[in-house]
Amino acid sequence: MKLREEQIERYSRQIILPNVGGKGQEKLLNAKVLIVGAGGLGSPCALYLGAAGIGKIGIVDSDAVELNNLQRQVIHSMKDVGRPKVESARDRINAINQDVEVIPYHLRITSENILDIIKDYDIVVDGSDNFPTRYLVNDACVLSKKPLSHGGIFRFDGQAMTIIPGESPCLRCLFPEPPPPGLVPGCQEAGILGAVAGAIGIIQANEVLKYVLGIGELLTGKLLVFSALDSSFRQLKVSRYPKCPVCGESPEITKLIDYEEFCSLQRKDEKV
Amino acid sequence: MSIRVRIPTVLQKLTQNRIEVEGEGKHVRELIENLEKEFPGMKERICDDAGRLRRFINIYVNEEDIRFLEMDLTPLEQGDEVSIIPAVAGG
Repeated sequence: MKLREEQIERYSRQIILPNVGGKGQEKLLNAKVLIVGAGGLGSPCALYLGAAGIGKIGIVDSDAVELNNLQRQVIHSMKDVGRPKVESARDRINAINQDVEVIPYHLRITSENILDIIKDYDIVVDGSDNFPTRYLVNDACVLSKKPLSHGGIFRFDGQAMTIIPGESPCLRCLFPEPPPPGLVPGCQEAGILGAVAGAIGIIQANEVLKYVLGIGELLTGKLLVFSALDSSFRQLKVSRYPKCPVCGESPEITKLIDYEEFCSLQRKDEKV
Repeated sequence: MSIRVRIPTVLQKLTQNRIEVEGEGKHVRELIENLEKEFPGMKERICDDAGRLRRFINIYVNEEDIRFLEMDLTPLEQGDEVSIIPAVAGG
């Protein structure tokens, strides 16, 4: 692949970086990244990955844009209210950069469809907004050995970790099970400061870029914890958990769990 | 013996919005008992009815997860930082 004149100009500020160069840019243009959720985390992540010239970005989201999303889901605009988020996200990415092929998946990700969707991608970004989807994405990535950038937010707290299945600890090594429904409120009830979502979504984009470029150190075996109220970033050590239900020594989870019922219950609660 | 304890947003209601509190205890279990006295309701948020740490909350002493140390009997020393880290799902 040879970079066109216009691409050399567009990406010049990252091509001149040591460890990136034209070769690195070609890696980015050949990379395929799947983002689960075009919300608070997925929006900033998709914008930065699209701007950097990731060649193919898949985006999964079953929702339409609502006015109350715009406070943090910066990829969507006023004119998009009512449109599927995946279409709005695709149009915005392509308005910035037409090098990017955006594949919209206007559906809810389930145990039935997830393996088929993730198989075409190099790395997955979890920007979902509920525990059932997070554990489904983790398990699917571990079982199919797909790298995963995990990010989560709650009010003024953010967390991020990168998972290389078989090598580094997964979400279940960190937290073996999701909390029971109702115990931990979602964004709708709990509230979220948009900039907290932005900070974590961009850290996830940065992890993806480093992974694709093969530079630096990933957040593997480390949980990055961001506390917005005192602007502190801390890294906590995460080890592979021998009793991990999905990647431990004798895993109980060998096929995907359908959390659909749990999920719809939780979603009903969240609508309040 | 004073231990700094980092409180996640989800529990800050119990600590009157404080992000960090001071606690005491020779190990994690004692620290949690003492926190419970000062901030009633804290223990049941962290531990189940049998007193075991909930599976979606981790406790770190400095940068280390107590599941890989001595669980709730992990010893504490003056100046240690204990972090309570719950799983977060928002996006």
